[in-house]
Amino acid sequence: MHLAYPAVLSALLFCTGLYGVLARRNAILVLMSVELMLNAVNLNLVAFDVWLSRAAEETLHSGQALTLFTIAIAAAEIGIGLAIVLAVHRNRGTSDIDRLRDTAEGHEPDGPDTDTPATGTAAEKAEATA
Amino acid sequence: MTLAAASHGFLSPTGVEIAFLLVGLVTFGAAVVTVTTRQLVHAALWLVVALGGLAVEYLLLTAEFIAWVQVLIYVGAVVVLILFGLMLTRAPIGRSPDADSGNRWAALTVAVASAAALVWVVVDAFRTTWIDLDGPAAGSTAVTGASLFQNWVLPFEALSVLLLAALVGAIVLSRKAKAARAGEAPPAKTSPTGASSSGTSPSGASSSGTSQTGGVR
Repeated sequence: MHLAYPAVLSALLFCTGLYGVLARRNAILVLMSVELMLNAVNLNLVAFDVWLSRAAEETLHSGQALTLFTIAIAAAEIGIGLAIVLAVHRNRGTSDIDRLRDTAEGHEPDGPDTDTPATGTAAEKAEATA
Repeated sequence: MTLAAASHGFLSPTGVEIAFLLVGLVTFGAAVVTVTTRQLVHAALWLVVALGGLAVEYLLLTAEFIAWVQVLIYVGAVVVLILFGLMLTRAPIGRSPDADSGNRWAALTVAVASAAALVWVVVDAFRTTWIDLDGPAAGSTAVTGASLFQNWVLPFEALSVLLLAALVGAIVLSRKAKAARAGEAPPAKTSPTGASSSGTSPSGASSSGTSQTGGVR
């Protein structure tokens, strides 16, 4: 098999995942795009490991071992990422990453995202003083 | 190797190459639909098609153990987690018109430019390289297991510790807000704004969230 086939497919999948990460607004769709990018890297690792295991005399099968490690780390990443997304959704009521701009510089502080906690603290203080 | 490589023709693909190309087209199409569709559950289901196609590609590259691990972990576990996450964050019935952000044309430009650069470089670099798929399989379970437990034992064990840490971390992240909501009064008044507003009035926080979405639209 020509080595260009898996390499080109891996590059195309990686760029598809890149588009998804940059263009999606929901955080879970961004996580799915990250999974696509990781799978593109896995395909590259497997293809080059199969090529090098025939071309070289001694091989450690490092490509396939790294692929297994990448799959395990991706599983851990999706678990932690979904836990974080669910916690953010529980606290904010949204999982759109365009609205989570509290630490962003250079945007006006009187957006719709910041006045709701302010009124919450105002009501909190009123309740505390009363 | 050189004689075998000399007998290859660039425009006379073998059967494995044709199968790889067809499955690769299906995989790439499913990936494109995954990142462009506006129905969230459909995106997750097309992700299943893309990951399953990649498992078939691993089988065509004679890496069978990786293929079955891919099917078990990605198609079996990760997509189910993603579907749970989608259904817990919103009830996705029908289309959601706000799935794409406003900078999708910039994202498309970046993705097309990087795809063109990567494909050009990769094709130019590996134009005369062939994978020899004959003989015993390079990634059978025996070979992969032997190399994994002879040469990669220490990273393997470290990875098991990392998985345990990720498990505990996910549980901690999921339980913290619940504990703050349950024992509301004393920690909620001293904690900063976001946690306190949701801690004392979860219904108010959720209604303010929906009113935010209505206001922005």
